[in-house]
Amino acid sequence: MYLTNLLSPAPMHIPDGFLSVIVSVLLWIVSIAAVAYALKRVNQDLGERQVPLMGVLAAAIFAGQMLNFTVAGGTSGHLMGAAIATILLGPWAAVLVMTTVVGVQALVFQDGGLLALGANIFNMAVVGVAVSYFVYQTVYRLSRGQRWGIFVGGFLAAWTSIEIAALATGLELAISGTSPANLAIPAMGGIHAIIGIGESLITLGALAFIYATRPDLLGAGQKQVTGGKTLWVVGLVIAVALAIASPLASSHPDGLEWVAGQKGFLDTARGPLFQIIPDYVLPGVTNEALATILAGILGTLIVFGMALVVAYTRRNRSTPNQ
Amino acid sequence: MHVHFLDPYRSGQSPIHRLDARVKFVLTLAFILTAALTPPGAWPVYILLFALVLAVEIFSEIGVGFVLKRAMLAFFFILAALPVIFTIPGPALFHLPLGAWTLTASLPGVERFLSIAMKSWVSIQAAILLATTTTFPELMTAMRAVRIPRLLVAIFGLMWRYLFVLADEALRLMRARQARSGYAGQPGLKPGGSLAWRGRVAGGMVGNLFLRAFERSDRIYMAMLARGYDGEMRLEPLPDLSNRSWLVLLVSMGMLVVLLAFALLFWA
Repeated sequence: MYLTNLLSPAPMHIPDGFLSVIVSVLLWIVSIAAVAYALKRVNQDLGERQVPLMGVLAAAIFAGQMLNFTVAGGTSGHLMGAAIATILLGPWAAVLVMTTVVGVQALVFQDGGLLALGANIFNMAVVGVAVSYFVYQTVYRLSRGQRWGIFVGGFLAAWTSIEIAALATGLELAISGTSPANLAIPAMGGIHAIIGIGESLITLGALAFIYATRPDLLGAGQKQVTGGKTLWVVGLVIAVALAIASPLASSHPDGLEWVAGQKGFLDTARGPLFQIIPDYVLPGVTNEALATILAGILGTLIVFGMALVVAYTRRNRSTPNQ
Repeated sequence: MHVHFLDPYRSGQSPIHRLDARVKFVLTLAFILTAALTPPGAWPVYILLFALVLAVEIFSEIGVGFVLKRAMLAFFFILAALPVIFTIPGPALFHLPLGAWTLTASLPGVERFLSIAMKSWVSIQAAILLATTTTFPELMTAMRAVRIPRLLVAIFGLMWRYLFVLADEALRLMRARQARSGYAGQPGLKPGGSLAWRGRVAGGMVGNLFLRAFERSDRIYMAMLARGYDGEMRLEPLPDLSNRSWLVLLVSMGMLVVLLAFALLFWA
């Protein structure tokens, strides 16, 4: 059913009409706040040199999305770019670059809606970058700045950013009452678990290429970033929150459906988001729900766990040599 | 080969082309918001919205067929909404035997689905009209008018300026890959190496593209410095809206408000 998403060049760009007004407006507010903060940071931290760099790199990400490769059965993997932008430019500039990419896609190419643009910026520029930053920094720090830290970190950051952004998309569609949670979330998550591998492979290839020719560019992203710690925590919280919320929502679609059904598209202004809590979470805290939550955390963080194991074994092995 | 065909703008002299970009931008957003706020099942309102966007399409002389064809872009996404036909409870409309299961379509479900499709359809047409009748520099004026920070507008502008250059680079990279690649004539013989290998090749191309972008941005920066760039984005002040633009803006907004009030009064 969601197979066409795979075939499409932009599986994550929500068009207009699919999100309820309240979801669109809320995510616009979040995105505007995040972009405003990123602008402030970029103004403070980076030189004026960064303006042409951000513009041209945004164009490169857009053009880079044309570079696809065959996966299987007529489907192809290609780039979203949040992870590579975060690694190359640091998180704040990456937020602006991804916002520009998503913005031009919506404004000029109708790839994603205009009212839904806030949500698309949130998914790809805010969630994508925050999660990429969190995963990449964690692995890179654990590797103590070794070469494999860049590659493993980049690979995992690319996959996780796609997966979490897809879960966010599924959840937004479900909260809007557009798609049943028990279908939208597993479908989005499942499809993007595969698409994410394409993103990871491309990101890895790009990092290997850049490392071989201009390793200094990868070093530049490692500078201490102002507000980086906060962003690391934000990335962690987003990843864990979506890992909890999506299995919960998809295992209890009735609650979400009920809210969406009762309230329709418009009455959401009365605050179904708040109604989710009494009608949804509290009776939901049974052992069954807890199990789903745990499964969700486990599922999404399993990659992260693997990274930790790899990191520690590698570190133990490499320490005596140093 | 160059990728000018990427740019959806179609030049013309129609009143829609000549309308101030700021007015077009705001009206497009207002139209999409109106469609989003229209309750499901308010069919007359959806038809009126469609008639409105259709009228502007005819007025803009860019071709109704062109817009409708381009509007199919968003249509694959409608699949995401397809399940609501069967999951929303209500009086059964029809049954769909599906192997061991029978899916029951409910009336509210179908209504919701068709409403989502209509909203999406009219909204994307409005967005297409904006993009096809407005040049990018005009769109940037509109972005400044709605108070998007100058730095962000500058990044948008630089991106647009170099998008076609880099898209050409990407096409050259792809052509080079194609020239290096062989195709197996024998059926069953799979060319192209493993998935990881193919991914790595594409990744190398992306890395290559990024390096070229980095180096190009250095040269651009030098050129900007040579022309007196000091880190400050200086833009001409926006001209005032003409009386005619104000009139178009207010009348159209009034129309949308009346339409929305009508929708909410009878269907909410």
